[in-house]
Amino acid sequence: MGEIPILRIGDCLLVSIQVDMHDRLALALQDDLTERIVADRARGVMIDISALEIVDSFIGRMLNNIAAMSRVLDAITVVVGMRPAVAITLVELGLGLTGVRTALNVDKGLALIRNIIDNPERDDANRIR
Amino acid sequence: MPTESDETMPLRTSDDVVRVRQAVRARAVSAGFSLVDQTKLVTAASEVGRNTVDYGGGGTLRIEVVSNGRRRGVRLTFTDQGPGIADLTLAMKDGYTSGSGLGLGLGGAKRLSNEFDIRSAPGQGTIVTLARWT
Repeated sequence: MGEIPILRIGDCLLVSIQVDMHDRLALALQDDLTERIVADRARGVMIDISALEIVDSFIGRMLNNIAAMSRVLDAITVVVGMRPAVAITLVELGLGLTGVRTALNVDKGLALIRNIIDNPERDDANRIR
Repeated sequence: MPTESDETMPLRTSDDVVRVRQAVRARAVSAGFSLVDQTKLVTAASEVGRNTVDYGGGGTLRIEVVSNGRRRGVRLTFTDQGPGIADLTLAMKDGYTSGSGLGLGLGGAKRLSNEFDIRSAPGQGTIVTLARWT
């Protein structure tokens, strides 16, 4: 089991990453979240990365994987709170995070998840592929 | 070129990669880097440091704060005695990986650096040197 707590709010899971993750911790979070989506029948997953000072290709891959796994399990993942310096660096690194939805903050992220759950057909039209 | 600080730290586990990120951040701050420049350098260090641990079988990182008179910079030297890289051109290519990663590590680290150099041969280990300037 990982050390990053996963909170449940209604039918959503909320993770706030507050530590500089080593790679095994990132993998443990990925596994824990996937199990919790099924166990809690979650429809949405929100990952708050506002405390992360960097996102490198490994953490980027973890975010991509979580988004892909949750999609297969009929849940929506939204990553919120990315710092501007992290966003600039990610693009230069070559990591677009094209499969991951993002929102500026937790409020906007919850609203986005709610909107997509309530209007699934609109989401398909808007999704970046 | 005067060197203001010079330290070497071990890179054996993924915990060491976290410590390397923190040490490089501290040096980038002390060299007067902007937040974006700090973030780019730390991200590049994380990518190459992970390679040293995962593919090089562990090694060391040397962190130097240097000055060329007008600008200050941080130079990072990653050294391992691992199996080495047979085809450097291929290893630098985006999307190529011999492991389970995305294959963005070396190419991405080069894009995030002002100077980048890699020396390796099969059985000879690998040395990656990169620098970023204020």
